[in-house]
Amino acid sequence: MEISVRKEKNVSVVSVTGRMDAVTAPEFEKNLSELMSKGEKKFLVNLAGLEYISSAGLRSILVIAKQSKAGQGEVIFSGLRGPVEEVFKISGFHSIFKIFESEEMALKQI
Amino acid sequence: MQVLLKKRYPARLEYLQPFTEAISHCAKEQGFDKKRISEIELAAEEALVNIFNYAYQGNEGDVEVICKLDPQDRLIIEILDSGVPFDMLSLGEPDTTADISERKVGGLGIFLIRKLMDDVQYQHEGTKNALSLIVNKDKGKK
Repeated sequence: MEISVRKEKNVSVVSVTGRMDAVTAPEFEKNLSELMSKGEKKFLVNLAGLEYISSAGLRSILVIAKQSKAGQGEVIFSGLRGPVEEVFKISGFHSIFKIFESEEMALKQI
Repeated sequence: MQVLLKKRYPARLEYLQPFTEAISHCAKEQGFDKKRISEIELAAEEALVNIFNYAYQGNEGDVEVICKLDPQDRLIIEILDSGVPFDMLSLGEPDTTADISERKVGGLGIFLIRKLMDDVQYQHEGTKNALSLIVNKDKGKK
């Protein structure tokens, strides 16, 4: 798993590529948690390059979303595809998060 | 039953990848498509991580994975451990409609196994927990 972060106005755009499984998910959680502790509130997580996610990844996403919501922030998503989109749907994550087809569309909404 | 694969490693997270790679390879050789292989890998990860985290309660132990074909030509992924007797299928389902604040962290792994596999069975055999993930071959997916 690779994580890259860039800033678009007041939004942290986090691109995650590769695999988010039980081994790598804690790294995602740690990265975003650190950004939040530095005062970042709005996150757009681009998962276009993510090939695989397990419940450990979903768990980390939920932990981050809860943390963000508690601090009046927001986490939205873009670019889900294949198995990642399927797992989001099965788990009901599709209905609890704002998900956009592309980064551009998401940035207009946050 | 025709045994396709037998792997035994310590019940530790660092062995997740060797296990799932072997299982994926086995599923690929049986002609499953990419999507189904990914689902099999996911179900296997969920079952294995559960065992790594809870079966030996801080002590060392092994996990054995056996892939085989049953007489109905279904792929059976049997996962064995000698930890505390635990039927992960006895757990309730998470509420997948709760919102972010109410949604409980965890409990999704077993839910995903049930959703993605055609059948799942648990048996306690002697001193072993045996969880079988069962995948039909005739169709690409459930």
